[in-house]
Amino acid sequence: MSKRKVKELHLTVGECISQVQRLLRERFCHFKLPNEPQGMESQHKHLLELLKRTAVHGESNSVIIVGPRGAGKTMLLNCVLSELLEVNEVKKNVLQVHLNGLLQTDDRIALKEITRQLHLENVVGDKVFGSFAENLAFLLQALKKGDRSSSRPALFILDEFDLFAHHKNQTLLYNLLDVSQSAQAPIAVVGLTCRLDVLELLEKRVKSRFSHRQIHLLSRLSFTGYLEAVCTQLSLPQDFPDPRFAQDWNASIKTLCEDKLVVDVLQRHFNSSKDFRSLHMLLMLTLSRVTVSKPTITATDILEASRVCTVDSKANILHGLSILELCLIIAMKHLNDIYDGEPFNFQMVHNEFKKFLQRKSHSIHNFDKPVVLKAFEHLQQLELIQPMDGSTAKVQREYQLMKLMLDHSQIMEALQKYPQCPTDVKQWAMSAFG
Amino acid sequence: MSAQLQHPWYSEEKLQSVSEKLRCRETLAGTVLSLLGEPDQFCYPSIFIYGHRATGKSHVMHTLMKELELPHATVSCVECVTVGLLYEQVLHSLFGSEASSLLPRTPSLSDFVRIYRQLCSLSPSKQTRYIVLERAELLRDMDANLLPALLRLQELVKDNVTVILLSEIVWDKFRPSTGCFEPLLIHFPDYTKAELQHILDQESHPSYSPELYSAFINILLGVFYCVCRDLRELRHLAALNFSKYCEPLEEGNVKESETHKLWRNIEPHLKKAMQTVYLREVSSVQWEQQQQMEEKEAGAMRGLSAHGHVELPYYSKFLLIAAYLASFNPARTDKRFFLKHHGKIKKTNFLKKHEKTSNHLLGPKPFPLDRLLAIFYSVVDSRVAPSASIFSQISSLVTLQLLTQVGHEDQLDSPKYKCGVSLDFIRAISRTVNFDIVKYLYDFL
Repeated sequence: MSKRKVKELHLTVGECISQVQRLLRERFCHFKLPNEPQGMESQHKHLLELLKRTAVHGESNSVIIVGPRGAGKTMLLNCVLSELLEVNEVKKNVLQVHLNGLLQTDDRIALKEITRQLHLENVVGDKVFGSFAENLAFLLQALKKGDRSSSRPALFILDEFDLFAHHKNQTLLYNLLDVSQSAQAPIAVVGLTCRLDVLELLEKRVKSRFSHRQIHLLSRLSFTGYLEAVCTQLSLPQDFPDPRFAQDWNASIKTLCEDKLVVDVLQRHFNSSKDFRSLHMLLMLTLSRVTVSKPTITATDILEASRVCTVDSKANILHGLSILELCLIIAMKHLNDIYDGEPFNFQMVHNEFKKFLQRKSHSIHNFDKPVVLKAFEHLQQLELIQPMDGSTAKVQREYQLMKLMLDHSQIMEALQKYPQCPTDVKQWAMSAFG
Repeated sequence: MSAQLQHPWYSEEKLQSVSEKLRCRETLAGTVLSLLGEPDQFCYPSIFIYGHRATGKSHVMHTLMKELELPHATVSCVECVTVGLLYEQVLHSLFGSEASSLLPRTPSLSDFVRIYRQLCSLSPSKQTRYIVLERAELLRDMDANLLPALLRLQELVKDNVTVILLSEIVWDKFRPSTGCFEPLLIHFPDYTKAELQHILDQESHPSYSPELYSAFINILLGVFYCVCRDLRELRHLAALNFSKYCEPLEEGNVKESETHKLWRNIEPHLKKAMQTVYLREVSSVQWEQQQQMEEKEAGAMRGLSAHGHVELPYYSKFLLIAAYLASFNPARTDKRFFLKHHGKIKKTNFLKKHEKTSNHLLGPKPFPLDRLLAIFYSVVDSRVAPSASIFSQISSLVTLQLLTQVGHEDQLDSPKYKCGVSLDFIRAISRTVNFDIVKYLYDFL
């Protein structure tokens, strides 16, 4: 450590750190495209071939990329697209239409968006379309007029493909896939989805027009690969402005990745999820701890970041409750134990709480019923308890049936961590039956 | 403590002034600030901040944004009854007043993203833009695609923008069924007792010493801390009750050093406050008026729930009593309570152990109209004709929400009702007509 410091004296550490932050943040938060997608070479090749056939030879295609959240679907597609656009003739020739199921929530909006992205607004602008159908007919006409040899190929990219399947009659999907099946203008329909059963959502006529090409992105990453990925994610590139700093940084990252403590932490993360998003979150939290006064990542940083990532949020909320609210939760726990998970109402909880006060406590927690009701309602606001049915107006507040959204171990753990918990309350919670 | 807030980008004085405003939250503000990074760097697309009410979530974010002059839009989701208002507010505060006029009349999310992109390309950001959404739990009730889209807004609009969600409810309750982009979670822990004391100490009265005020806060926390940890509520209670605490000092009976005497004076007063002001039974104005009127005992004034007593016609009272009895007594005990010559009933059979006191725990049971009328005729001493006015009184009790109708299938033919009043209420009613209701209640036998 001391050796490093001597070295950095004649560097402007602040600027270096700032550069590091900028670079790594872009990597973790903005999802900058890597040069080469890792671990999905075959899929990459397949998709590239497919889109090239559309772009160069004018072949119509349809494909769905399926994979869990954060598996790199968008990254793969963007890599392929950027590679495709490097070819000069393709760049001039291809039209791209990006649609997102989250944004284009119905076909009318989607159609407007397609018109906009194909720069047909002016053409459409002159004509007054009475209806959605006419607009669609015009667009289809424009697509149909073309043929394989003369017209420009279009790439339709449908993000959140499963949401398009919820549109009425799936008109948009039907028409797009229909164009891709018949000898009209060459288009490629690329769907991205995280649902494995996406084909079940499609209507029969839509399904029959789909080519049933699916690219699955399932992570086949081993832990050593994961560890390597962490290392490369944190390392600085060759063209970093200050090569000496970059060298030092990379060396320190290398030693960090071999640290037993860090490997343990990463193993735990790997066991819970393999996707890169959660890894990025961990690394982002780690990175935010790097400052000018502490210009390297240490094992404790990663440990602390992983603690923040994996903390149980309900336990955090339980920690901040008042003693009265905690007592009510214990009473509910007892009711759940005795009546085997049956729903309860406020009256029963209050009764249970009163029993505790009479038998065990020295009337220190002697509260009026309205005060207890207020505490109960606060618990409901925090959604720690939820009403069984929605009709709130019909039933009096005291008699509304509720269920507890916590489990036994969460309550006991929260009780252990609770600051200055009274002993009698603790003992009451421990005792098997109220 | 201010040394904790460090950032190479911002000047020392600015950070100093920020940390002065964020009492007991310097470390958290430091963490948040280091996550946000320098203004021109990218920040994580979405950050979810959760914590209890009044733990400084909005305050910290607001102070950071305001003091450090970051481009931001703060929107409270309570105000946004339609999504259009949300978009309008965001565009207005990020791009100026004329930006929001670009939105069509009923904007969709697609319009919002398109216009955002347009404006963004006109004025590209040198700094990260922040969208702070308060009370984010209400986003779940809006369009289903709004929350997932906001979480990945950075990717959708291709701008350096970060969405910050503030909520009391944990993230697990937000996650949509098909998943979404996971935000970065930050927890704002609750204030400890010492921290609460430290924060409340700041607002000491100018004419008294800070030590006195601090002693008062200590007593206040001693009474209220086990019920309430809400800073705002405590602050409100402190402001209301401090003048009462100082009363003996003004009269000259007690010196400032005699804390025990002051405590003896204030403690019952605070206990009373818990039953009245804390529950909003008595409004703060009323409470302050009461303190002026010294001869009057605090709480003697009728609270809100005392006004729940309504004046009803004679037969309506009996109808309500009959409805209460029908709701809370099992039907098989009616013979014993309401028939004069009911014959012998075995005591062991009559009082089943497990049924004891269960009805007042489980709530009112529905009963048919016939049973209500039968009980009504038996509890009313005089002869009553089943006239139209009796039946209209039943339906007017329903509109007053003292009774509720159960099941809407047939309105005329054997409707069922439930009684919706509390035991205290019915006791007060039956006292006015000299009827001893407790004698007829199965639960209290």
